[in-house]
Amino acid sequence: MRLTCPVCGDRDRREFTYLGHETYLHRPPAGAPAEAWDAYLHLRDNPAGLTRELWHHGSGCGAWLLVERDTVTHDILSVRLAREDTA
Amino acid sequence: MRIDDKGLIDRGRPLRFTFDGKPIQAFHGDTVASALLANGIRLMGRSFKYHRPRGPLTADSAEPNALVTVHRGPRAIPNTRATVQEVFDGLTVRSQNAWPSLRYDVMQANDLLAPFLGAGFYYKTFMWPKAAWEKLYEPVIRRAAGLGALPGGADPWQQEKAFAQCDVLVVGGGPAGLMAACTAVEAGADVILADESDRLGGRLLTEDTQIDGHAGYAWAEAMAAELQAKGVRILTRTTVTGAYDGGTYGALERVSHHVADPHPDLPRDCFWRIAARRCVLAAGALERPIAFPMNDRPGVMLASAVRAYLHRWGVAPGQRIAVFTTCDDGHRTATDLSAAGVEVAAVIDPRADAPPGAIRGEVVSTQGRLGLTGITIRSDGGLRQVACDALAVSGGWNPTVHLTCHMGARPTWDATLATFVPTADAVPGMSVAGAAAGVFTTSGALETGRDIAKAALAALGGRRVRIHIPTADETPPRQIAPLAVEAPDTARHRAWLDFQNDVTVKDVRQAAKENFISVEHMKRYTTQGMATDQGKNSNVGALAVLADATGRGIHQTGVTTFRPPFVPVPIGAMGAGGTGAGFAPERRITADQPMRDRGAPMIETGLWYRPGWFPKAGEDWLAACTREAAMVRRSVGVADVSTLGKIDIQGPDAAKLLDFVYTNTFSTLREGRVRYGLMLREDGHVMDDGTTARLGPKHYVMTTTTAAAGQVMTHLEFVTQCLHPEWDVAILSTTEAWAQVSVAGPKARDLVQSVVAEPVTAETFPFMACGTVTILGVPGRLFRISFSGEHAYEVAVPSRYGAALWQDLVARAEDMDGGPYGMEALNVLRIEKGFVTHAEITGRVTAFDIGMDRMISAKKDCIGKDASRRPALLTDREEMVGLRATDGGSLTAGAHLFGLTTPLRPESDQGYVTSACHSPTLGRSIGLGFLRNGRARLGERLRMVDHLRDQRCEVEVTAPVHVDPDGGRARD
Repeated sequence: MRLTCPVCGDRDRREFTYLGHETYLHRPPAGAPAEAWDAYLHLRDNPAGLTRELWHHGSGCGAWLLVERDTVTHDILSVRLAREDTA
Repeated sequence: MRIDDKGLIDRGRPLRFTFDGKPIQAFHGDTVASALLANGIRLMGRSFKYHRPRGPLTADSAEPNALVTVHRGPRAIPNTRATVQEVFDGLTVRSQNAWPSLRYDVMQANDLLAPFLGAGFYYKTFMWPKAAWEKLYEPVIRRAAGLGALPGGADPWQQEKAFAQCDVLVVGGGPAGLMAACTAVEAGADVILADESDRLGGRLLTEDTQIDGHAGYAWAEAMAAELQAKGVRILTRTTVTGAYDGGTYGALERVSHHVADPHPDLPRDCFWRIAARRCVLAAGALERPIAFPMNDRPGVMLASAVRAYLHRWGVAPGQRIAVFTTCDDGHRTATDLSAAGVEVAAVIDPRADAPPGAIRGEVVSTQGRLGLTGITIRSDGGLRQVACDALAVSGGWNPTVHLTCHMGARPTWDATLATFVPTADAVPGMSVAGAAAGVFTTSGALETGRDIAKAALAALGGRRVRIHIPTADETPPRQIAPLAVEAPDTARHRAWLDFQNDVTVKDVRQAAKENFISVEHMKRYTTQGMATDQGKNSNVGALAVLADATGRGIHQTGVTTFRPPFVPVPIGAMGAGGTGAGFAPERRITADQPMRDRGAPMIETGLWYRPGWFPKAGEDWLAACTREAAMVRRSVGVADVSTLGKIDIQGPDAAKLLDFVYTNTFSTLREGRVRYGLMLREDGHVMDDGTTARLGPKHYVMTTTTAAAGQVMTHLEFVTQCLHPEWDVAILSTTEAWAQVSVAGPKARDLVQSVVAEPVTAETFPFMACGTVTILGVPGRLFRISFSGEHAYEVAVPSRYGAALWQDLVARAEDMDGGPYGMEALNVLRIEKGFVTHAEITGRVTAFDIGMDRMISAKKDCIGKDASRRPALLTDREEMVGLRATDGGSLTAGAHLFGLTTPLRPESDQGYVTSACHSPTLGRSIGLGFLRNGRARLGERLRMVDHLRDQRCEVEVTAPVHVDPDGGRARD
């Protein structure tokens, strides 16, 4: 598997680590109800198909990346800097 | 038998090797198999289960039978394919899986037991008595079965791994691969061409095909030279073993298997990881054997292999050779043999339209104990015997679709070709040319090689090129009829499918009868295709039998899953460089050498190496550690703490970041001051702790533990990039830029003042102060912090001065009745003070558990705050306590705590010990641990039980801080 880091270019998977679904980008506000924290911390879909997830370029520039990936075909549809995500 | 004017071997370079101790004459360019056949030796191995005598079936890497061990002693390589191993002067080859010798193998008794050893025999027999399975049956079966034996001991071979990138990877250097590489490089692409053999040409080397009026091998040689000149990277002796996501391919290069006396630096194998934008698969095809009774005798081989031995190595594998074929291709073998002057005993073709001259019939049995002596043919004229010492067999061809299936795709059944062909777009970026695509003619291979490469280049945006297609003397398209010829398959007359695992037609039918009708179930029940050759020759034949037995078509039956690697890959090659010191990087502190010079054992701490203790004459670790800890409490000690993570944080929003990642508040920290901070994960558990110093209004330096330095840095990057990208703050790991030395003890200020230019007083550097200072003329930093409970400082200088600073401070300390101390003493000092490390904050504990929940500020949000308030994390917890031995015994980390009289059962477990040491200050064994509702149980007596080390003692529960509870020693 390879990812094209927007900063560093096309690199081998060994340079990256996986965190999880992009849910982690959407932290509940302080004092949010327990259900919101439960959903944020624990509840994830297991999609067959398109998913958006967070990867860290730890052996590269240190950028957090938002990767659009197809879990069935393993296609990488896009790689963007997480800091530039406006969704 | 060698044929005089044939073969690409170098007859000017004769050489000798040994086979089971016997000298064998060969020529440069021979394989072990070709040289043995040239010397009339057909018997090369014994089969896996029945120990049947076997000779080579193929002339390539798909070989199931001719497995041998090469080299001697610890360098021996078992399960080497004799058809792949090139010979050199002095090579040692031994047969395997036979005792006492290849010709008289006692285990051939298994063959007589064959009626009892059919598919799944081990599920049905050896069932009683139950206990005998583990003690008797399994050990005996395991010893009897198996292929070659490992040499034992550490592998002395060098191995290597390598990485490469290219625009186009061409797999296979036959006519299709050569044309593809030529087309790609002409268009300006960066090309890698990999081929299994030692030279390019593929089947052009093993047929007498003419191209543009030249011998095929000569054309290939010229083409190879041209490609090399144009910059194609040619990897010979290299098998592409797997296709992976994102255009990544694995390849195994056999670097020095063919070299008599390889340079010590030369690896045996090199495992390549190749990232290719496009791949042209031109891997050719594999011929199918025919499953007829007793088809496994040495001398029975594939028709294409017979031609290969003839054309490439100038060897006739027999004196009188018969041909049994279900397609036109076998007749070519007969023609070629005749043309070379070899006697063709008979040509048998079961097809209705068999060419004239052929016997319309089938081979129904064979004779010969250690090698073929004759065959029985059944035709319209009834049964007849024909004497022959070799039989060339062809059941058609299977395109080598393997790599196209490595990412989950299945091949497509082509009824016209009666074979599986690659499914389009099976692997992104890969396209297939030549025989691998089911195009079985040489001209077709040349043409598709060019066209497929052109299409690949168009996808890459390469320039358009015109490439001439050379003319190949045309061979008619192959006609392929039935896959298997079956005759009564009894215990005495078995028709083999998988030669290496001894799977017969009867086994597959038996599996079907027992309802293992899924191809994957049949495979596992019979072990069909599960040997080292992965059933390259046999899988399609086996599923044809299964299809017939279940009344389904082959396309409905389907194929088993193709998985990498295509050929066996030594784990040593995949993990090359990962043994010994290469297992993990070593991080060394700047004072590493001076510490080793003092005899300090350097202990692994993550990737770092830190000094355990500094022994004086006659001291063991405990004596040294106890002396060093007492020294710090009495006078002064010097310890390197450079491995602690140091993160520089700057910017207008630096304080916001710290307030958010720490539970406590840092925006209120004054410049020139340090504060202890606790960091949580978002799920409310403790991530790390450490101190952070404020050096300027917008400038902080964070210290993390050694263990969590990387994790904390990644966490800060997550917070600043993913949660609050709007904050104007920059973070940088400076761990390796600074060397840091702790100076601790009642005399610490005197020692520090002797190296710091600025005054170091209670006013200028009170407890938890920090600042920029000049240390022996070098700009550095001074922090008044303590991890020992003593009056202490940490002195930081740029790394290049680290070793000098440590040595200088140690020398000065020694003049003051002090000296260096190591990790063991550092640990004792912090246990005495009840300071936590990752022995306590294991990832499962909360701030509440370690008694720090009041550090979670009520005035602000922080990572983990909300989750840490979950009720389950605040009630009935195992809380951190101090523990002291009351009976003179010793605490051990990992031991569990029980009531004095309660039974030692998991359900009465009260907690566990996380850290333990002998306290020189208290004169007894103490520790830290977690105890159910522990803070309410101070003073209680408990039993400590360490089942692992068989150690017990009685302990008293105390507060975590064992020494100087009010902290006066550090503050004064």
